[in-house]
Amino acid sequence: MSNSPAAATRPVPWGGFASRKLAPYLFLAPFVLLFIAFIVAPLVYAFYMSLYRDTLVGGRHFAGAASYIKVTGDAKFWGGVWNLVLFGIVQVPIMLGLALLFAIVLDRGQVYAKGAFRLGFFLPYAVPSVISTIIWGYLYGPTFGPFTQMAKAFHLPPPDFLSPGAMIFSLANIVTWEYVGYNMVIYYAALMAIPSDLAEAAQIDGTSPWQFARLIQLPLLWPAILLTIIFSINGTLQLFNEPYLMRALAGNTINSSYTPNLYAYSLATQNQQYGYAAAVSFVLGIVIAGASYVFTLIANRRRPEQ
Amino acid sequence: MTATTDIATFDAAKRRPGERRRSRIMLTLLLSLFLVYSFMPLVYLILSATKTNGDLFTTFGFGFGTNFNLWQNLSDLLARDNGIFMRWMFNSVLYSTAAGLGAAIFATAAGYAFAKFKFVGRKLLFALVLGAVMIPQTALVVPIFLLLALSGLSDNPLGVILPSMISPIGVYLMRVYIEQGVDDELLDAARMDGAGEVVIFRAIVLRLVAPGMVTVALLSFVGTWNNYFLPLIVLRSQAYQPITVGLATWYQLAQQGGGGGQVLFSIIITGALVSIIPVIVVFLLLQRFWQGGLTAGAIK
Repeated sequence: MSNSPAAATRPVPWGGFASRKLAPYLFLAPFVLLFIAFIVAPLVYAFYMSLYRDTLVGGRHFAGAASYIKVTGDAKFWGGVWNLVLFGIVQVPIMLGLALLFAIVLDRGQVYAKGAFRLGFFLPYAVPSVISTIIWGYLYGPTFGPFTQMAKAFHLPPPDFLSPGAMIFSLANIVTWEYVGYNMVIYYAALMAIPSDLAEAAQIDGTSPWQFARLIQLPLLWPAILLTIIFSINGTLQLFNEPYLMRALAGNTINSSYTPNLYAYSLATQNQQYGYAAAVSFVLGIVIAGASYVFTLIANRRRPEQ
Repeated sequence: MTATTDIATFDAAKRRPGERRRSRIMLTLLLSLFLVYSFMPLVYLILSATKTNGDLFTTFGFGFGTNFNLWQNLSDLLARDNGIFMRWMFNSVLYSTAAGLGAAIFATAAGYAFAKFKFVGRKLLFALVLGAVMIPQTALVVPIFLLLALSGLSDNPLGVILPSMISPIGVYLMRVYIEQGVDDELLDAARMDGAGEVVIFRAIVLRLVAPGMVTVALLSFVGTWNNYFLPLIVLRSQAYQPITVGLATWYQLAQQGGGGGQVLFSIIITGALVSIIPVIVVFLLLQRFWQGGLTAGAIK
């Protein structure tokens, strides 16, 4: 194309070089180069590292699948996964249930100041999780936390948010605070896509709001709900920032393998067990992909009738 | 059948006015409860940033202190460790802006190639991009750290900026955006006029898809501003760290207590407040674009 007479009369920068055949490769090049350098290469190199073992005396030597076999039997790794499974069973339904309720109420319910609620609920998502954890850490704090102050003012025993039994709920509260609004926005957008004549028809038929939610909104929301559950499974199993910072408050409750990512981090940075840290990262990735896959299978089998 | 429904709706309509208003007030109250919960930590942060370190311990958390100490806290914050706070803020602005701009441009170029060109390996490459969307972000952090250590890029800001410029979801969004928003005939007409492919991309495509690019840039900007795990593990020097890593280090130091650690409390709280202002401003100004990006996956 660029060899056409018109192009010859008016010189165009790059025109000759970027012919139509070459153009797509040129446009893809920056993204693909970064993709190879920072996604493909790290994964390949980390996989290679995971096949070797570092020993203090003998240096590095090939160990095959030994690291992977070790991870599958590593109580610290699976203890972390188990913590997060418990965390997810409590936290994800509460977070998504609230998000769904608010999305439905803000979509069709009669409420004052809808815009303000939508904005206000979403605002915590704009706060970095590090800052959220620091703020909640102060709120939970046993020295000058306001809840401790209130309990003392009423001569009640101060609540211990940082005890081993309470920690999982304290962390769940931080994550819920951060992400209810985010999930609400996803549901809200899916609800907006429901044609309004459907709602009008249902109203004329005398359908109650509850019936409308159950029979019409929920089935239409199903893809969005699936998506948010998969996001939540992913995010939960990757939990790092919140427990890592809460360690500063409760080092006895949160050990270095409280979550799998904390474990991989401490292996890589404190113990210099690079190969094993890489293996832990890979197995975590496989656990997450597997959990999402199994969930999708179950969900598709039990899809609500439309 | 029709008669009964008519009567039912008629009855419902008659009952409505008073009941409707009551349910409206009840629903608003219910939502207000959660709004209080959403704002409580932020209100606490703002109130605490106005207190002296002593007042933090002696006055009620959700009230004002005996002195309005915000300005003093700010100047303490800026002076601490030879003004490292502003350096961290600058780093965060730099990394996030570079990541946002890079992600938007590279994702648009790649999305354009997928949307408007046929080439060898197109399907396979796009499947790889979609597959990458599903890779857990944090599972990549340790591998990136290992590779950077090998290549001598550890403790180099590029080790944070370059990975943050990769936005597989951005490529997907821009592909859809360009397929729907850029007319093939327009591109062909420009080619007939002798415009080169790069000129077409710069002069036509970039202009037509600017709103989509803003969404991708925002997602990457905010993602990088909020990122903690990657810079924590990649950047060792304080002078290179972004605000999340810097504040968290102070926080851990203060919690360990001991020599002067507690003096840090009001500085950390003031720093936390200052650090979230840019993201909240960006969020409020560009709300429309932000929500567009979050919901793109849900609607499909």
